[in-house]
Amino acid sequence: MTAEQILFLVAGVLLLVSAVCVVTTRNLLHAALWLVAALFGVAVLFALLRANFLVVVQIVVYIGAIAILFIFAVMLTRRELRDTGRQTRKSWWLVALIVVFISVGLVLVAFGIPDAGRLPAEMPQDLDTVSRLGESLVTGQEYLLPFEVASVLLLAALVGAVYAASTSSKKD
Amino acid sequence: MMFWNDPIHFIETWFVDLFTTWGLSLQLATILVYAIGIIVLVVFAMVLDIFLVWVERKVVARFQDRLGPNRIGPFGLIQPFADIIKMVIKEDITPVGADKVLFNIAPVLAAMSVIILWAILPLASTIYGVDLNVAVLYLIAAGSLGTLAIIIAGWSSNNKYALLGAFRMVANMVSYEIPMVIILLIPTILADTMSVRGITDAQSGMWFFFLSPLAFLIFLVSAIAELGRSPFDLNEAESEIVAGFHIEYTGMKFGWFYAGELLHAFTFGGFMAILFFGGYGGFFGLEELPAFQWLTIPFIQAAVFITKAMLGYWVIMWVKYSMPRIRIDHMLAFNWKFLVPLSLVVLVNTAFVNRILAGASDWVYVLIMFGSNLVIAVVVVEILRAVGRRDRKAVATGIPAGNPE
Repeated sequence: MTAEQILFLVAGVLLLVSAVCVVTTRNLLHAALWLVAALFGVAVLFALLRANFLVVVQIVVYIGAIAILFIFAVMLTRRELRDTGRQTRKSWWLVALIVVFISVGLVLVAFGIPDAGRLPAEMPQDLDTVSRLGESLVTGQEYLLPFEVASVLLLAALVGAVYAASTSSKKD
Repeated sequence: MMFWNDPIHFIETWFVDLFTTWGLSLQLATILVYAIGIIVLVVFAMVLDIFLVWVERKVVARFQDRLGPNRIGPFGLIQPFADIIKMVIKEDITPVGADKVLFNIAPVLAAMSVIILWAILPLASTIYGVDLNVAVLYLIAAGSLGTLAIIIAGWSSNNKYALLGAFRMVANMVSYEIPMVIILLIPTILADTMSVRGITDAQSGMWFFFLSPLAFLIFLVSAIAELGRSPFDLNEAESEIVAGFHIEYTGMKFGWFYAGELLHAFTFGGFMAILFFGGYGGFFGLEELPAFQWLTIPFIQAAVFITKAMLGYWVIMWVKYSMPRIRIDHMLAFNWKFLVPLSLVVLVNTAFVNRILAGASDWVYVLIMFGSNLVIAVVVVEILRAVGRRDRKAVATGIPAGNPE
């Protein structure tokens, strides 16, 4: 077993344990912090795939912005941070069944891929992945249109957020 | 000779050879050497931190017309060690009702968010932890971990002042991250790379400070805000919320926050040197002359880098000890209504001029780049003056400035 495989197993276990804790812990703030741990585990997996850009973006966007907004919203809106009552619905077994089916299906699909279980090939030292990513995002033949559509969508969300926040003061 | 040109690689190969002769496999030996390297780097940063405590106390004393520590050792140099002993032997209190695990994790996370920055800090062309191709973004990512540490500290203390301090800090850091991200794109555009070594090497002829002085000023302001230092120290505003997020921390747990803050300030001084002042290089081509070949020796480069970082750190201290704290609404308005639009204008200007003058000679490029920054600065000052005049006129004519409802 190589060091890379050990790291993968450690990160995978961290990811799964924290993902389970997100939904089982009763303290909302702890749940948000377990979510941070799970997102960090995903970042480690990206790092093992040598996707440097995705690693830092995962941390900046998901941990630095989204998780912190979650925590902020929870702390500002909830008087009681501890949830009471049942944590599961009555039909939990149905969901569990669906999850098991999907997981088994995914595992079967994963084993069907010809290169499954192989370590990623060594990348050449001088390969500049960031420039390649940037070029493919702004080159017409590649992902220019999806990229621009996504930015327009985000802009619309931004304008909507500003409008939603400002209507209350306009009424006066 | 090999050691003087590439010390880290020399030591690494020496240790790997040593471990493999002891019978370890090559892979295990490499992992072991890397682990030792990480520990040495962290120890170096922490030892530097001890020295920074002394520097900070001496400099603040000068600003406040005092002498500073001068009893223990020459110039009070042993004082930080006395401070550390004091902190370590103080009673370690975890408040009743605190979230014990989170309360104890927070100081470690706060110090960690600073120390991981040292992984990408190149002390010299051959002395660095790792040469990431996304180093500029890594700087932001480490900062967001610092924000997380402060939220955890503020919340887990179970103290309303701590929580208020954490809220303020998050408002501060989340908003000042935006001009910082935008401004970090400017060295990226100028150097065509996000790697800090690439940015340093791109400045061997001309510092980016001269290409975009406005970018440096915005970076300085947002770095001070990111550090939570005065005038942006609302998170620990002593006169309002006692000590903010670290009010409940005692002994060495407080020490971690304190040490982290000092090291963070120095590290940002280092990043200022790297992004705008040529880092370990930037001698304007001097090092190519035969008489100045010695400037490329790694240890000389490291000394140059530390000097530049210290100067940046000194500027941060200078601002901290000369400015009063600003009000929170002023702080947010200053960011969203002034810094963000300005940084966007500077970014667009830099990208535009950089593209148009792609083939121009160096001197034309530098002059037009600097000139365009100057034009933006003059326009901004004129706009600010007009706004200020309008506000003063509103006060003079008695029209209420706001609607008190």
